Amino acid sequence: MITLEFLYRLMGILTGAAAIINLRDASNPKRLTNATFWGLWSVSFLAGTYLPDIANGGIILAMVVVATLRGVKASSGDSTTPAERVASAKRWGNRLFLPALAVPVITLLANATIGHIVIGGRALVEPKQVTLVALGFATLLSLAIGMLMLKPPLRAPLVEARRLLDAVGWAAMLPQLLAALGAVFAAAGVGKVVSTLAAGWIPAGAPLLSVLAFTVGMALLTMLMGNAFAAFPVMMLGIGLPLLVTGLHGDATIIAAIGMLSGFCGTLMTPMAANFNLVPVALLELDDRYAVIRAQVPTALLLLAVNTALIYFLAFPH
Amino acid sequence: MLVLSGLLVVVLGFAFRLNPLLVVTCAGIVTGLAGGLGIFRTLTTLGHAFTESRYVAIVWLVLPVIGLLERAGLKERARDVVMRMQGATTGRVLLAYLALRQITAALGLVSLGGHPQMVRPLIAPMAEGAAERDVADLDEPTRQHIRAHAAAVDNIGVFFGEDIFIAIGSILLIKGVLEQAGVRVLPTELALWAVPTAIAAFVVHGTRLLLLDRRMKSRGSDA
Repeated sequence: MITLEFLYRLMGILTGAAAIINLRDASNPKRLTNATFWGLWSVSFLAGTYLPDIANGGIILAMVVVATLRGVKASSGDSTTPAERVASAKRWGNRLFLPALAVPVITLLANATIGHIVIGGRALVEPKQVTLVALGFATLLSLAIGMLMLKPPLRAPLVEARRLLDAVGWAAMLPQLLAALGAVFAAAGVGKVVSTLAAGWIPAGAPLLSVLAFTVGMALLTMLMGNAFAAFPVMMLGIGLPLLVTGLHGDATIIAAIGMLSGFCGTLMTPMAANFNLVPVALLELDDRYAVIRAQVPTALLLLAVNTALIYFLAFPH
Repeated sequence: MLVLSGLLVVVLGFAFRLNPLLVVTCAGIVTGLAGGLGIFRTLTTLGHAFTESRYVAIVWLVLPVIGLLERAGLKERARDVVMRMQGATTGRVLLAYLALRQITAALGLVSLGGHPQMVRPLIAPMAEGAAERDVADLDEPTRQHIRAHAAAVDNIGVFFGEDIFIAIGSILLIKGVLEQAGVRVLPTELALWAVPTAIAAFVVHGTRLLLLDRRMKSRGSDA
């Protein structure tokens, strides 16, 4: 049966290759730092399941120390020259889009089908992990299409992946670390404390104030936790249900649905949502770490106002 | 109360622009210690959770494909296609992507997008290409501003589209949380109530994108 472990092996190979290529690249002054960082991550992907938790914790600390003290820096890489790329773009034309668009299309197709494949009475893919396995499958197949079409040197995909990983740098690991932080927050009971605090502050029976406390609270707590999913149970059970639904006879469906969307407004404004807001900064080579957040804040604030108004005017009996 | 000190570390760390990896790790350790886990249990909890969360990093598996295509001139081609399109401006290119992302996400096709696979190789070069044609000597800050907007459109499109699809994670979470509290809601109705905000998101952000065009045009004629 194919499980996530298969995808972790692939990620281990990818990050391991990035480490080795860095190690052998004399042109990069930061090659040892880069190699250590990707090498440690590679160990976590390949062996994390079997290592004791304290060793996995040690890997995190080592990666963070390396990234903080020495920094993971972009490498020059063995990419083609701009002139070569322009010529190649002319030669291949729109066919270049084919392998790129194959990734999402194959993901969708695989997502709909591989869950149903049974071989010898056993499912081919672990049922709970179909979506991620479909994505892994799609990237492999698209890579094969690209290789057959373009016929580059065999090492090209890994050399290029290393160039991109170096360009993204430590930000590549941040979303995973944030997910781990969420688990520590949950284990320490952060959510419960916040909801007790929040419920104590709001005067019961003041409709506009209560709605504002709920929508703005959703956005703020999402900004702190980095994830609307983590904030929703806290705010819904702390303010939404007791004050808005039970206290003011509001419609639970409207309040819950639009409450979640208020949380999404918070996601647009926080560096804690690293995969949405900080990773693209690295991917698009922007100088200002908060450039994407800055582009999103006006829209997020306006939509938060819209959400507050929607709940206030539509969720209560008049 | 003391367990909230981790949140304080997060706020201060990001406010002072320290390295986010360092901020998040310190917040985890402070929270664990304040919650009475002790340093050893804190480290094992963090290590365990990190290992269990490796699936978050699976998106990077797409890098070899993207790198291979970039090497063969994918970005150059994307830019070229837009430059030859009549009437394509930065704002209109991004507006079209916003609509596409919202509609496909509403149909549950969330994977038709994303920063590594769509924005970096296709959308950002297209938006930049359109500006290159319209504005003489496009400066680096403006280029970066356009790229930041390309990333923002991907986020806003998927956030305010996906909730219209009834089987998406957030709808199921809402249903689960309310059910545990003894309140029954229908996924179809939850999804329906995501529509007004989705429309507002398209109007608000679409307007901002068209204003971005206007601002760039006035900057271009100044030069």
